[in-house]
Amino acid sequence: MTWNPDSDVVEVARGPEPGGLGGAYRVFGETLRGLKTSFMRVVEGTHTVEYPEEKIPVYPRWRGRHKLHKFEDTGLEKCVGCSLCAAACPADCIRVVATENTPENRVSGGERYAAVYEINMSRCIFCGYCEIACPFDAITMGSDFELADYNRSDLIFTKEMLLAEPMVRTPLRAEGE
Amino acid sequence: MTSVLAGPLSAINYAEPWYVQIIKALLIFAIGFSLVPLVLLYERKLLGRFQGRPGPNRVGIYGSMQPLADIGKLLFKEQFKPRGAIGWLFIAAPLISMVAALATFPLIPFSGAPQEILGTKVGLYGLDSDIGLLIFFAFSAIGSYGILLGGWSSTSKYSFLGAMRGAAQLISYEAAQGLALLGVVMTTGSLSLSEIVDKQDHMGLWFLVPQIVGAFIFFVATLAEINRTPFDLLEADSELVGGFMTEYGGGRFALYYVAEYVHLVVAGAMFSTLFLGGWNIPFWNGAPGFLDPFVVLAKTLVIVSIIIWIRATLPRLRYDQLMSFGWKILLPLATLNALVTAIVLVAL
Repeated sequence: MTWNPDSDVVEVARGPEPGGLGGAYRVFGETLRGLKTSFMRVVEGTHTVEYPEEKIPVYPRWRGRHKLHKFEDTGLEKCVGCSLCAAACPADCIRVVATENTPENRVSGGERYAAVYEINMSRCIFCGYCEIACPFDAITMGSDFELADYNRSDLIFTKEMLLAEPMVRTPLRAEGE
Repeated sequence: MTSVLAGPLSAINYAEPWYVQIIKALLIFAIGFSLVPLVLLYERKLLGRFQGRPGPNRVGIYGSMQPLADIGKLLFKEQFKPRGAIGWLFIAAPLISMVAALATFPLIPFSGAPQEILGTKVGLYGLDSDIGLLIFFAFSAIGSYGILLGGWSSTSKYSFLGAMRGAAQLISYEAAQGLALLGVVMTTGSLSLSEIVDKQDHMGLWFLVPQIVGAFIFFVATLAEINRTPFDLLEADSELVGGFMTEYGGGRFALYYVAEYVHLVVAGAMFSTLFLGGWNIPFWNGAPGFLDPFVVLAKTLVIVSIIIWIRATLPRLRYDQLMSFGWKILLPLATLNALVTAIVLVAL
């Protein structure tokens, strides 16, 4: 097969050559076009969200700070201390110590309950595996995301903190919004 | 009282007493310095709008205390100096920049006839010299020494590169800037800034119209002269760290920074004086005298806004393009403009 130079020639789209009066005219026109573009941004107004005052509502499936749940009718905790969440946790940030329920001290709906339930938020990666692992829907991911703190030990959330309503409520996006 | 710097007002036997001159000097210094934070905030706010964000709005109402916070932070920083730096030049360079920038501010005339303030007739300008324009060019040339010495004395490669670029750029654009004004000077027959405005007043036509080419060249050359985009090659953050002021910090950096904004204000005021008729309000001849300074300031604000608008839009020029644009396009155009103006003036 002989070499045919024509088949190797690749057509490249090039910009117009600079220079000359035409070039000057074009540069001037493009400059004006750029100025118009940036001016339209002023007319458009700002697109920023003033964050601490103004918060973007989160989606319903947002994985924020965990919540522990109670039965609404009896007020008993849903968590039975099975430690499945701790087993599923890839970051190993959940610690559960289970104890037997007694007739005098009935805490959960099952046989046992979590005497200690701690989540170390500085290690949590918010994957949501704990929520999936839980057979009783006792732990779910909430909507809170403002978890910054001054101290690492303050980031270990105890059972009481997880059961309570979050102090600052994050706006939740309504259906279809 | 005779004045060495004889202006049109001293020609009609008007010279100001010494105490008025001292008060004026202090006032101009104060106004020049207090315009800086205002322009600084205005630029940051407007630049933010151009980028779809509100700009600083945390410190004070609408971010009004932001410049104060910025300058306060800079002044409390440590004054450091590179080990190899040439001490006294390193300290003197920002001062030269600052002085050269502030020295051009008094040249701008803010009103036509002397205003009656507390029974004393005061002309609203710092210095109405016969060679006003020459003083302006002289001080902007001195300003480039501040940049050159600052970059050289800090013995850093980035500073040095920035300073070298700065020297070449400032000198080449000064030529075009000066030549662009020849048309205005020839039409007026004077270098005095207040006479240039008076001429526009009498003609009833701003120099922007007959000298549109000169105005364009002067504007572009001024952008290069005050180191604004697209000619900010001597700062060039993305290539040269900070250009000539890389090694500066704290109060000395603040001096350079303030000088830059004084330059911006002076450039706006100078353009409105030379080409936008100074205190002249079109189609209103009997305007009261106390409006004059505000008219000048309003026109300055317009020019400053346009300069900020350009900063928000255009990218930086390549160095060789910058030089060839200055020497091959602006300088011949300015010369041609001066030539055509001269021919038209003689023919008429």
